[in-house]
Amino acid sequence: MKIVKIIAIVLLVAFVGIQFIPTERNQSDTVPETDFMLVHNVPESIQKKLQVSCYDCHSNNTQYPWYNKIQPAAWFLEDHIKEGKAELNFSEWDSLSSRRKSSKLRSIIKQIESGEMPLYSYTLIHKDAAFSEAEAKEMINWITQLKDSL
Amino acid sequence: MKNLKMSIAAMLFLAVSFTNAQEKEKMNHDHGDMKMDHSKMMNQKSDAKAEAILSDYFNLKDALVGDDTKKAAQSGAKLVASLKAFEMGSYTKAQQEELADIIEDATEHAEHISESAIDHQREHFKTLSKDVTDMVAITGTKSTLYEQFCPMYDKGSAWLSTSNEVRNPYYGSKMLKCGKVQKTIQ
Repeated sequence: MKIVKIIAIVLLVAFVGIQFIPTERNQSDTVPETDFMLVHNVPESIQKKLQVSCYDCHSNNTQYPWYNKIQPAAWFLEDHIKEGKAELNFSEWDSLSSRRKSSKLRSIIKQIESGEMPLYSYTLIHKDAAFSEAEAKEMINWITQLKDSL
Repeated sequence: MKNLKMSIAAMLFLAVSFTNAQEKEKMNHDHGDMKMDHSKMMNQKSDAKAEAILSDYFNLKDALVGDDTKKAAQSGAKLVASLKAFEMGSYTKAQQEELADIIEDATEHAEHISESAIDHQREHFKTLSKDVTDMVAITGTKSTLYEQFCPMYDKGSAWLSTSNEVRNPYYGSKMLKCGKVQKTIQ
């Protein structure tokens, strides 16, 4: 019984302790000129969907959920955002060459088609981020058009 | 007397082997020169670093033809390394810019191929093939390449091969011979 108590105390101390470790926050007040939305003429419905479904991890500005204040959830998010931005960052879209843009657009289409993006762990909490069949079709059609026009 | 004979024989032997050795060295030297000329000639037409990239690309293509995800992943990783090792110092500024762009894009696709399942590998192979084709258009290559085309995969997809026989990397055993040669690159 004594051991259980000690373990519980150790865990509690560790949990409180990690709360003090700072995490990098992915937030910015300005939208850079290179942002996807500013570079292309994006219809409103597509804009909204991109913002809700993609921008949290693929731009310089994340709309953080409340649990981001609590470790280790914050670490988990930080990691995903870092990885997401390395793969594709809509905020810096226009810094890519047209070859890179076309390559990225193709990957976006494939990821939505196969349902790999948005991540399941994300849509589980952000219900509105998931793509309905019609939304996926609309998005894929629009991005295909954009890709062909590059 | 016997001793004298022996030492004369030994000296003769030494002299003969010495000239022989000199002759050989000269021959080696000539041969060396010839080799150098040969490689110089090659350099004018092709870039060894670009050839290394092509060789890794073809290993990757063969792995996909053979439906071998693991081998494709390994070839992808090798390709990342040979892309990184590419040197563009000998090209014009405009060419360097385009090559840098191609290499960056190709590296990303090769990285994905090194860590994905076969369907994904094939998706990335499509764009990678375009990158490599554009690279060859600038660097040239010492061998004859065939640009092949399969109209079925993803609304039509091309790839490069060293043989004019079609072996489809996008379908593998499912449709091994789907496609045609659409261009010969020399």
